[in-house]
Amino acid sequence: MLDLYGQKLSSRLLLGTALYPSPAVMAEAVKASGTEIVTVSLRRETSGGKSGGQFWSLVQSLGVRVLPNTAGCHSVSEAVTTARMAREVFGTNWIKLEVIGNHDTLQPDVFGLVEAARILASEGFEVFPYTTDDLVVAERLLDAGCKLLMPWCAPIGSARGPQNLDALRSLRGHFPDIPLIVDAGIGRPSHAAAVMELGYDAVLLNTAIAKAGDPVAMAAAFGKAVEAGREAYCAGLLEPRDMAVPSTPVIGMAAFS
Amino acid sequence: MKLIVNGQSHEVAAETLAALLTELDFQGGWLATALNGEVVAARERDQCWLVEGDRIEILTPMKGG
Repeated sequence: MLDLYGQKLSSRLLLGTALYPSPAVMAEAVKASGTEIVTVSLRRETSGGKSGGQFWSLVQSLGVRVLPNTAGCHSVSEAVTTARMAREVFGTNWIKLEVIGNHDTLQPDVFGLVEAARILASEGFEVFPYTTDDLVVAERLLDAGCKLLMPWCAPIGSARGPQNLDALRSLRGHFPDIPLIVDAGIGRPSHAAAVMELGYDAVLLNTAIAKAGDPVAMAAAFGKAVEAGREAYCAGLLEPRDMAVPSTPVIGMAAFS
Repeated sequence: MKLIVNGQSHEVAAETLAALLTELDFQGGWLATALNGEVVAARERDQCWLVEGDRIEILTPMKGG
C-alpha cells in the first residue's frame, strides 16, 4: 500500500479539482478515478464566502483527503503564509508546496522551494514539494525535512509526458525508500503507466482529465493505467534486447525437405 | 477607517478583524485571514485590532491542481 506521511492509501492517483466543465463533473471524475486524495487551493473570496463554501462542501462530500497547494506563489514568504492559512482552513498538516520560478514554464524556483520546505517542516507541516527531476535538489529537499518528493515530468498543463525518463529513473534508483510522485506534465494514460512502470509510487494530475472530451471516462482510464503500471512494475518487466528472441520453441520443428 | 481588503480599498467602521468580516458580510468557518502578511487564526480575530492602512487578506477554499 502507498504510505504518505503515515497515511495508508489504496489508490496511487492524486487528482486536481480545477478546470472541469462543472463542479458536478469534477465530483463524478473524482469517483471514477478511484482517487483518495484531491488537491485544492486558497483564493481571495469575492462573494462574502459563499462560492468557496459551496466548493468546500462539495469536496467534503466526496469522502477523500485534501492536499492544499500553494499554487501561484512566487516567493518563499507568499508560499509559507499561504501554507499556514491552508492549515487553518483545511485542518491538515499536508501541503503541496509550489514556489514558481518562471511565468512561462511554471517551473519551480528550487532555491525558494528548499527554503520554504525547511521553514514549513520545522513548523510541523508534511510537505509535498513540487520540484524538478534534479537529483541534488531532491537531496536538499529531503535534508530540509521532506519525506517524499514530487518531481515534474514536463511543464504543468503541457500534456507532453515524461521528457527525461533517465532523470526519473535516476531519482528512483537513488531514493528507493522515499515515496516519489510524478506531479505535472502527464497528458495521457500511457504516460502515467510509463512512470509507474519505473517504480514511481503515484501520479498527480489534473488537466489531462479535466480538459478531456469526457473527463469522467478519462478519469476511469487513468485509474486503470496507474494500476496497470504499478502491477507491471511489481511483476518485473522484461528488459529490452537488441536482437529478436523467438517465443515459440525451435526444438521439435517438422522437417519438410 | 480606510483598509485594503483583498487588494481593494474599503472605508469601514469595524475596529477588529472579526467586526470587519461581519461588516463586509463574510461568513463561514472555512475562511482564512491574514493581516499585513501574517496569518490570523479564527479564534484570534476578535482580539485583532485594525489600524488605518492595514492590508487584510480573506481567502476561501477554491479548486486547485
